[in-house]
Amino acid sequence: MFSIGLGHYLTLGAIIFTIGLIGIFLNRKNVIVLLMSIELILLAVNINLVSFSIFINDLSGQIFTLFILTVAAAEAAIGLAIIVVYFRNAGTIRVEEIEKLKG
Amino acid sequence: MINLDLIFPEIFLSLAILFLLMVGVFKKNSERLVYNLSTILFIILLALVLNLFSIEEKMIFNESYKIDPLSSFMKSLIIVSAVFVMISSFPYLKSLNILKIEYPILILSSVLGMMIMISSNDLIVFYLGLELQSLALYVLAAFNRDNVLSSESGLKYFVLSALSSGLLLYGCSLIYGFSGSTNFTYIANTSSSIEYGVIFGLVFIIVGLAFKISAVPFHMWAPDVYQGSPTSVTLFFAALPKVAALTVFIRFLYTPFINLIDQWQTILVFISIASMVFGAVAAIGQSNLKRLIAYSSIGHMGYALAGLASGTNQGIQSSVTYISIYIVMTLAFFSCLFMLKKKEVFYEKIEDLSGLSTNHPILSIAMLVVLFSLAGIPPLAGFFAKFYIFTAVIEQSMYFLAIIGLLSTVIAAFYYLRLIKIIYFDKPKEKFETDHTVGLKFTLAISTGILVLYFLYPGLLNEVISKISII
Repeated sequence: MFSIGLGHYLTLGAIIFTIGLIGIFLNRKNVIVLLMSIELILLAVNINLVSFSIFINDLSGQIFTLFILTVAAAEAAIGLAIIVVYFRNAGTIRVEEIEKLKG
Repeated sequence: MINLDLIFPEIFLSLAILFLLMVGVFKKNSERLVYNLSTILFIILLALVLNLFSIEEKMIFNESYKIDPLSSFMKSLIIVSAVFVMISSFPYLKSLNILKIEYPILILSSVLGMMIMISSNDLIVFYLGLELQSLALYVLAAFNRDNVLSSESGLKYFVLSALSSGLLLYGCSLIYGFSGSTNFTYIANTSSSIEYGVIFGLVFIIVGLAFKISAVPFHMWAPDVYQGSPTSVTLFFAALPKVAALTVFIRFLYTPFINLIDQWQTILVFISIASMVFGAVAAIGQSNLKRLIAYSSIGHMGYALAGLASGTNQGIQSSVTYISIYIVMTLAFFSCLFMLKKKEVFYEKIEDLSGLSTNHPILSIAMLVVLFSLAGIPPLAGFFAKFYIFTAVIEQSMYFLAIIGLLSTVIAAFYYLRLIKIIYFDKPKEKFETDHTVGLKFTLAISTGILVLYFLYPGLLNEVISKISII
């Protein structure tokens, strides 16, 4: 029978991280999707930290995770607020239409 | 027993932020009061930080927080420039009608975040400081919220900066996992045996930090954000976060990863060369002054990183000198921008400078000094900044880096000289208003004065900076 080791968790983290990155770079539709991708990246980091913390038997990784969760919540709040402000000015949050600053 | 005296400036600043929030909430129409109070707070804070200046090297909180000459110098640099940012941007905020109580409070909290970043000796502390700084900066970029450009720059900065924080955190998690601790000193002891996980993490962290100081190839946010956000915020962006991020760069590269110098040196040389060349070439076709200064700041960050890439104490000291002089030049340039005002409108196009010298001789001379200094022409301070960097680089026989750096200085001189030509030899336009506040005039006078007179006493700055020895 095979057992789940550190490598599996790290692979899971890497896959989720990559999905997040791809979501940011390939997304042409909606800014909310960008927010979700950022959230995915942070979750991948959390998976990494928690699994490392268990396998090297050290608590500080889990404490780091709690801090990251808190910061991620604050970041999402500010991000949504900025999106609302932008929508009120421009009337759209489609990524391909956010191009007033160019040069 | 923890010696709380060492973090007294940070404690004082956090309490001050809470106090100012209360003042702002309970007293009606207190924008001006809060603004002036926070300027005074910065001056008190400067005194508190200078008080700790003589400390050699002390750690607190289980070695997660470090006070040493580097941190004290960078903190005082940040606070001094914050004071000048505050006093020079007041009239701008007032005429744009964005003088709200939140503005100074956001600046105070991002400065608190920067101070924590600068002193951090632990991944968790570093990350929290970085986020405290960035969260405040997101809001500041979008502060002129009825303006579509400002909110767009806020949105762009938010997405890209959050992405870079994510990359940086991924690097932190790998380093934590493969070295077994979040403490820099501990990581330094374990990372002598080269592990691929640690190198991988190091690369992610360098990418994240390069984003924060807008070095090529992670610079794409800078021109947009500089142009879109209100000019006072652009000034803040161009000066303070770069100091904090450069300090963190020094700390990361020279404390936990000094044993991996062969690995990161190549990356840093590449980033530095790319930034210098790109900053010089891309600025040529710009028509907006704020955009131009964004490209110019990308180039300047390339020079600062070249000093770090040399891997010696002299290189670090030359980078610190460079960033100090860069800040003075930024302050002077933006004070000139704040003076281009006519009927409550601020002009920021290059053609608005046309023939400035006929109507505004003094402003034009100040602009001339700043632009010559940015181009690195002797005997102004900008020349010495570059001179120290190249000396440090050449002493390590990194001739390629030095040659590319010198060549890009020559290319960059082209667009600075073009601005001077437009100011002095083009057809004059309508006069700008001249009733500037004392704070703005004072900032411009002090900063151009420093740029002109630096060569008389270069020892003043060098003596302080020579105390910084990391390795």
